[in-house]
Amino acid sequence: MRSIRAELVRDTVATLFVQANLHLDPALLDALERALENETAPTARDILDDLSENARLAARDGLPICQDTGMAVVFVTLGQEVCIEGGALSDAIRDGVADGCRKGYLRASVVRDPFLRQNTGDNTPAVIHYDLVPGDLFRIAVVPKGFGSENMSALRMLKPSDGWAGVRSFVLDTAAAAGANACPPMVVGVGVGGTMEKAALMAKHSLLRSAGVPNPDPDLARREAELLDAINELGVGPGGLGGHVTALACFLETYPTHIAGLPVAVNISCYASRHAEAQL
Amino acid sequence: MIRLALPEDRDRFRTLQAGDRVLLSGILYTGRDAAHERLLLTLRGGEPLPVDLRGQTIYYVGPCPAPPGFAVGSAGPTTSGRMDFATPDLLRYGLAGMIGKGKRSPEVVAAIRETGAVYFGATGGAGALLAGRIRECRTVAWPDLGTEAIHRLVVEDFPVIVLVDSRGEDLYRSAAARRTP
Ligand code: SF4
Repeated sequence: MRSIRAELVRDTVATLFVQANLHLDPALLDALERALENETAPTARDILDDLSENARLAARDGLPICQDTGMAVVFVTLGQEVCIEGGALSDAIRDGVADGCRKGYLRASVVRDPFLRQNTGDNTPAVIHYDLVPGDLFRIAVVPKGFGSENMSALRMLKPSDGWAGVRSFVLDTAAAAGANACPPMVVGVGVGGTMEKAALMAKHSLLRSAGVPNPDPDLARREAELLDAINELGVGPGGLGGHVTALACFLETYPTHIAGLPVAVNISCYASRHAEAQL
Repeated sequence: MIRLALPEDRDRFRTLQAGDRVLLSGILYTGRDAAHERLLLTLRGGEPLPVDLRGQTIYYVGPCPAPPGFAVGSAGPTTSGRMDFATPDLLRYGLAGMIGKGKRSPEVVAAIRETGAVYFGATGGAGALLAGRIRECRTVAWPDLGTEAIHRLVVEDFPVIVLVDSRGEDLYRSAAARRTP
């Protein structure tokens, strides 16, 4: 058994949320700069310049990249031989989200009840996904998820006969509809297979990957590249005002599914697709 | 580049055209989902609004808290479409301008045309950059709403683009038309 102090988990979660919110993934910054080479329209170029400049200013001044510092999504990979000491793991994560919100001057963007809508004041609670694995690994990955893009996400239960062509056209329709609301150039996470909730979870989980890192499976990597090209042909462009660069990355994850189904979830994220992770 | 002082130059809103780049200086009021629900309820109840928004411009934003030494934290635009339910009423009441991101409903575009208002876009996702153009931020109504309260901002050279002009020309629609020949 390996033990990890709950306070260490709390402090790690706080640090990860602040870091993810203040520092744009360097791979996305690179992708923004490469995108400039593909745009000639002055509006598209100005918006790309604004976004790179924004990321630099955020890091320099210690401000969040975006005011929507997101709802806290946390993926925990927990080895069966790890024991958390000094408190409940989910409490440590909650306290870490609250500490990060306060220390990083992040926005409190969460309401306690979807109908009564009273702000919790510290961005808690988080949405936590646990994955139990053999051994003594403990990894924690965070996605502060902004809702301008989250709201443009979609899920559809396709038929097996819809196949890849059906998946492709659903992804394209969803990205086209997202338009300016998702602060393009966007990042598109796609989950295919499993059940309804498994597809959605894979789409979210795929956002932990960095732009430019393909799926390790060559067939899925090829499909991701095909989707990314097709999304960029939509012409939505930076800021939704037209252009060649609509998305900076597209990630695909799959899982076995039922003989009767082809679930597809598309989780739309923005140019500020934030994620960070740590292993304890 | 066009420069406008707010609210004094609201009469010049009618001269703006979709696609114009504008630098705004002066007063903006913030308001997003929760404040719009209350604004609409107040208007429909025939009560006075807690802030006189006639002739003013609303910025759809929920800013981050200000770190020490800053007037405001990150403060970029939120999705305007979520405010469409209240916007025609606010425009008819006298609201002159709006700043946000994303498409508006046909009802909002019609109300913009009818009242001679303007809908500006700020770069979505550029919250840190835009915060640098905000000199002051003070809560003026409904502080219980936290970031969603109505704040009065003083801005300087705040960069926007005209998305829907007073004739109802919509920059998103013309951008889409250009790419479907
Ligand atoms: S979509 Fe992303 S970049 Fe745009 S406002 Fe929301 S969190 Fe920020």
